[in-house]
Amino acid sequence: MSSAVIGQDSQNHQSNQPSQGAQKPPTSAGWPLWEVFVRSSRGLSHVHAGSLHAPDAEMAVRNARDLYTRRNEGVSLWVVRSTDITTSDPDAKDMMFESPQGKDYRHATYYKESEGVKHL
Amino acid sequence: MSGTSTGQLPDHSLDSFGDAAASATRVTPGNALRPEDIALQQTAPADDAVARYALHLGDDALILAQRLSHWISRGPELEEDVALGNIALDQLGHARSFLSYAGKAWGQTEDDLAYFREEEDFTSLHLVEQPNGDFAETMVRGLFMALYQHQLYTRLVHSADETIAAISAKALKEVDYHLEHAELWTLRLGRGTEESAHRMRRALDKLWPYTAELFQDEPLHDELEGVAVRPSTLRAEWDEQLLDILDRSELAVPEVPAALCWGRRGEHSEHLGYILAEMQVLARKHPGATW
Repeated sequence: MSSAVIGQDSQNHQSNQPSQGAQKPPTSAGWPLWEVFVRSSRGLSHVHAGSLHAPDAEMAVRNARDLYTRRNEGVSLWVVRSTDITTSDPDAKDMMFESPQGKDYRHATYYKESEGVKHL
Repeated sequence: MSGTSTGQLPDHSLDSFGDAAASATRVTPGNALRPEDIALQQTAPADDAVARYALHLGDDALILAQRLSHWISRGPELEEDVALGNIALDQLGHARSFLSYAGKAWGQTEDDLAYFREEEDFTSLHLVEQPNGDFAETMVRGLFMALYQHQLYTRLVHSADETIAAISAKALKEVDYHLEHAELWTLRLGRGTEESAHRMRRALDKLWPYTAELFQDEPLHDELEGVAVRPSTLRAEWDEQLLDILDRSELAVPEVPAALCWGRRGEHSEHLGYILAEMQVLARKHPGATW
């Protein structure tokens, strides 16, 4: 209840409903989904750019290069299987993210500079 | 920066961290030699032979680009569709550069050469005009051409003709990727399923006869010592690299004889006429039209 896995629905759909009769040729339903992270420049973090289908990790990096860096957007790429990412549950938003609101004592600006402390 | 109008000083606190001007969504065209730059530059080919050599290189790239672009919207996957489209556009870029340069010797533009020449004026290899076939055939043709162009451009970077050297240097980085793309798929299809390996063997048998033409020396090459690469000198390394890739893919070099092809002399198979008809029809129906 407290977590969901990206791409889980399509995975379940696949394993629970094997195709009847003749095997179908592999389509995107057979290629797993990958999440792509692009670092635009040295010193910055990798930022999530989107997702894609690829048969394996190596091809996922090549596809990411074609889909997400063709306008000179990046200097480095990460790909990760979507099913390997654990996310917070959208339904648990209140519990997860509402509670820090109003707790201004968690911010440095809440505090006054103490007179007795030098070099602060 | 709009911040200056409100009297705010620019924040330099993060300047020491990497590229301060960068953002997570940066999009810049970057710097590289473009066909437009070549069209504008003063330098023309030194003589007719240099221009004709540039035409060979441009025609191969142009016809391959035209063939590959047919995959757009027909790729086995959306991702592969984009990959093949990218490779087609790279090749088109090389073609534009070489044709722009060649045309300067004859007072013609890249469009004049691409759209208003007849079939027998095209000097492209028979391999690039072969139909796309199935995905395996396109990959085998791509592997043959990428290996060839990679070695060719690696050597042409040192050409005595500075423009040909500069175009080759830019093209080399792109062909490097084309080669990797073709190699990765050859490995996967060769060692994939029984069906994929069968189709790769069929594609190798079908396209192998056209590879002999890639290494055919022409009288033109005798006139271009230091400018051009003698095609026959590329054969040994091409064979060696291909054998290595096929070995790792559990495929073999086919035992089929070479076909007699004279694409460089304007003698083509029936395929080129159809390619040109489709490629040239719009420009010929509406000469000088821009869009």
